[in-house]
Amino acid sequence: MHDRDHVSEEELNAYVDNELPADRRSIVEAWLSTHPEDAARVAAWRKQAELLCQRFGHLEYETPPPRFGLDRLIRRRLGALTAVAASLAAFLIGAAAGWTAHGVQAEKPSDLVRFTNDALLAYRLYTVEVRHPVEVPGDERPHLVQWLSKRVGSPLNPPELDKQGLKLVGGRLLPGPTGPSAFFMYENPAGERFTLYCGRVKDSQTALRYTTGGQNAAYYWVDRNLAYVLSGPMETAKLREIAQAAYDQIDRRMPQG
Amino acid sequence: MSEFRERIEAAIPALRRYARALTRDAETADDIVQDTLVRALRSEHLFHGGDMRAWLYTILTNLNRNRLRTLARRPVVTPIKDTDATASGPDSGGRDIVRALEMLTEEQRSALLLVVLESLTYREVSEVQGVPIGTVMSRLARARNEIKAYLDGERPALRRVK
Repeated sequence: MHDRDHVSEEELNAYVDNELPADRRSIVEAWLSTHPEDAARVAAWRKQAELLCQRFGHLEYETPPPRFGLDRLIRRRLGALTAVAASLAAFLIGAAAGWTAHGVQAEKPSDLVRFTNDALLAYRLYTVEVRHPVEVPGDERPHLVQWLSKRVGSPLNPPELDKQGLKLVGGRLLPGPTGPSAFFMYENPAGERFTLYCGRVKDSQTALRYTTGGQNAAYYWVDRNLAYVLSGPMETAKLREIAQAAYDQIDRRMPQG
Repeated sequence: MSEFRERIEAAIPALRRYARALTRDAETADDIVQDTLVRALRSEHLFHGGDMRAWLYTILTNLNRNRLRTLARRPVVTPIKDTDATASGPDSGGRDIVRALEMLTEEQRSALLLVVLESLTYREVSEVQGVPIGTVMSRLARARNEIKAYLDGERPALRRVK
């Protein structure tokens, strides 16, 4: 500081914001009494703050709308990630009508519909298989992952769903809407099966979408140009929990942006 | 309800206020607040005490920045809507404080709103924005001068679009 009594513009700002130490405060006040232009600026800045508070301050006293109920957000947090709540009807007309999503870059309807359809077909076809549900069993996981990653053309890493009571049965290669798709099957001790279907798409990322088809339901999402469909029996709570776990694990491998 | 959730819940009105001023669009603002809450709830395990408010403002600020980047990448003209008609009152001589906010860069706007509207300290804002306090101070100073110039009726300078 060359001149202890000189007051910089940043100090004037800090004065307005009560960020000055007491000794500088009195110096700034003395300065303002002899520098009317700076005093006028300080007054204008305070007026700005007042206008902003007048304009937006009321939100502090407004009861937030029900959409912000935390229980609701926790219960429906999969759906909360997207502005569109996908329903069966929307699923059926989706291909024709297209999807709109406020604030979310909606993926091409065809990807969602085609992937989900193929995934549910594969689910129905293979989960009933007793002897040959998969081509490569889950206890050969490194080989399975390496093979499918190579054929799909992206590094894959099927989630660990042990906490959800699911063991990896294995996987197989399937034809998909955009090329080769990987198909992983999981099973719980009760014999219920869940599958994760996965293939490359142009979109880089979308939120989770829920769809149902017949007795089954699926969650669809895209992460790093890979579309994922998690399919299972239409037991909403359980399927949601598993989809959330898979989504979180795959999401966590992404660098946070 | 856990203490963690109680503290998140208590912050919602302030988050809505900040988001509304940051985006100048009620619908967009509430979408961002909702995404902020969802992300915070999902990240409970990542929160180890500390300043909950600053943490939530950080998430919200980053989500908004991501949103603007996405908009910038899309070749779509998105009009900035001012859905609250009462804003354009004559209380500032025809030039409105909301329009004045549009003169600012995103960083300046966020710094100013966090200090003026949300009463964060310079240190907290520097944590939210991830920059030194000196940078926060120069953003504030520039923001206030831009707004003053605008409200005083000067023609806005051409904004550099990043």
